[in-house]
Amino acid sequence: MKVIITVVGNDKVGIVAAVSQELAQLHVNIIDMSQTLMHGSFTMMLMGEFAADTTSFDSLQKALNQLGDQIGVSIHLQRQELFDAIQKI
Amino acid sequence: METRQIQDTIQMIEEEHLDIRTITMGISLLDCIDSNSDRACQRIYDKITAKAQNLVQVAEDIQKEYGVPIVNKRISVTPIALIAAASETTNYVKYAQTLDKAATDLGIDIIGGFSALVQKGYQSGDRNLISSIPEALDATSRVCSSINVGSTRSGINMDAVAEVGQIVKQIAAIDPQKCMNLVAFCNAVEDNPFMAGAFHGVGEADCVINMGISGPGVVKRALEQVKGASFDVVAETIKKTAFKVTRVGQFVGQIASQRLDVPFGIVDLSLAPTPARGDSVAEILEEIGLDSVGAPGTTAALAMLNDAVKKGGIMACSHVGGLSGAFIPVSEDAGMIKAVQAGRLSIEKLEAMTAVCSVGLDMIAVPGDTTAQTISGILADEAAIGMINNKTTAIRIIPATGKKVGDDINFGGLFGHAPVMAVSESQPTAFIARGGRIPAPIHSFKN
Repeated sequence: MKVIITVVGNDKVGIVAAVSQELAQLHVNIIDMSQTLMHGSFTMMLMGEFAADTTSFDSLQKALNQLGDQIGVSIHLQRQELFDAIQKI
Repeated sequence: METRQIQDTIQMIEEEHLDIRTITMGISLLDCIDSNSDRACQRIYDKITAKAQNLVQVAEDIQKEYGVPIVNKRISVTPIALIAAASETTNYVKYAQTLDKAATDLGIDIIGGFSALVQKGYQSGDRNLISSIPEALDATSRVCSSINVGSTRSGINMDAVAEVGQIVKQIAAIDPQKCMNLVAFCNAVEDNPFMAGAFHGVGEADCVINMGISGPGVVKRALEQVKGASFDVVAETIKKTAFKVTRVGQFVGQIASQRLDVPFGIVDLSLAPTPARGDSVAEILEEIGLDSVGAPGTTAALAMLNDAVKKGGIMACSHVGGLSGAFIPVSEDAGMIKAVQAGRLSIEKLEAMTAVCSVGLDMIAVPGDTTAQTISGILADEAAIGMINNKTTAIRIIPATGKKVGDDINFGGLFGHAPVMAVSESQPTAFIARGGRIPAPIHSFKN
């Protein structure tokens, strides 16, 4: 299953490390990644892939929400097909 | 990874209120007909709860996984006037209660189809159903009712028009808020996912999934980027935006259809507002260049908006259906409420607007002492607009018992509140008393 993970919050040391470490622990492979500062906010987008039999969407969402609370950023998780459906003919 | 497009999509959902307004499962009840009404009700309950047992769960899963809110989970059924006609009873309230119980047990928000189609005349079940409506709506909380009083093919049933006026007044006498659960149509469609007028037509499959989208906020935001540009640019911008909004409906509908193992019916392209700020059709019209909705030019702006939404949406989905246009309910649209309160929008202007968009005079509160004949007269006018223009029109009018022009009636939640609007005090009494049928227009004879 491919997912888009967006991370938005105040920039500080260690956001990329914390998120990627969490994803590694949850067996989510990062296949694309983009990071920028937009209007002073740290904004990162990741495309991740995982096997449904090793990681569930629910547990991933829960873990990322918890991590977001811990490091003070907002982390959203959405399945990737939505974006293609809306933006591509 | 197209980061720009991802940001664009997330912004549409999170800031511009893009959502799926409704996922509506249409269920045929034709195989539940029984001469014993208790047996029929049991079959109806069993069929609805079997077919829709996973609807709420699937909708919630999709919402979670894709991050697109699905605001309402609804069911539409075959018009009960057809299903109950063979039974021994003349009071159909128990059918409404059965629908209500099934909806409650499933966690469904609203169930539609306590309906009668009388555009050309009444069959026995139609009379029983219509006379049961006030009690049925009073005895239930999730049931919606509709009556089709006319069509381009068959003209307008003026007996039914007269009866609807009486029924609306009877409901208002019990509880004005219940009037929002009844809509009277001309040219009702059989695959409408929106309430209060949804029912599952007899030509439909046994069970289908229909989608209603919403996205006035997305259209408004897109138009903010083309201030002062010509109408060519405005129309093009609306088309592109409507395409994206509709894609969400198509996409979610496909997924829901697969997971529920039910065929995908249609996407309804209507722009459906909510009382939330930034989710208003009136604000789109104002963004196009009107000081306020209701100003001269409103009808033209709405006509263009409605047409551009359809052109953009049609290519985005496999089957278009339902009402497919812009809704202009007063109580559910913050911009409309503001215009009415400021004296800038009248029922007469709204009537003109209904000639160019879906659906009709929707969620309009009128003074409590408005007569049944006046309501019938308003319905006759709307039905005439629909009949002649080959489009769906409707009225959902709420006589606000004990209230006068300028007062306010609150419906709660998605339904918002409505200022009581002035209606002409000139009476159509003798006109409504004539009864009979207004013949179908000449251009309906196409064969």
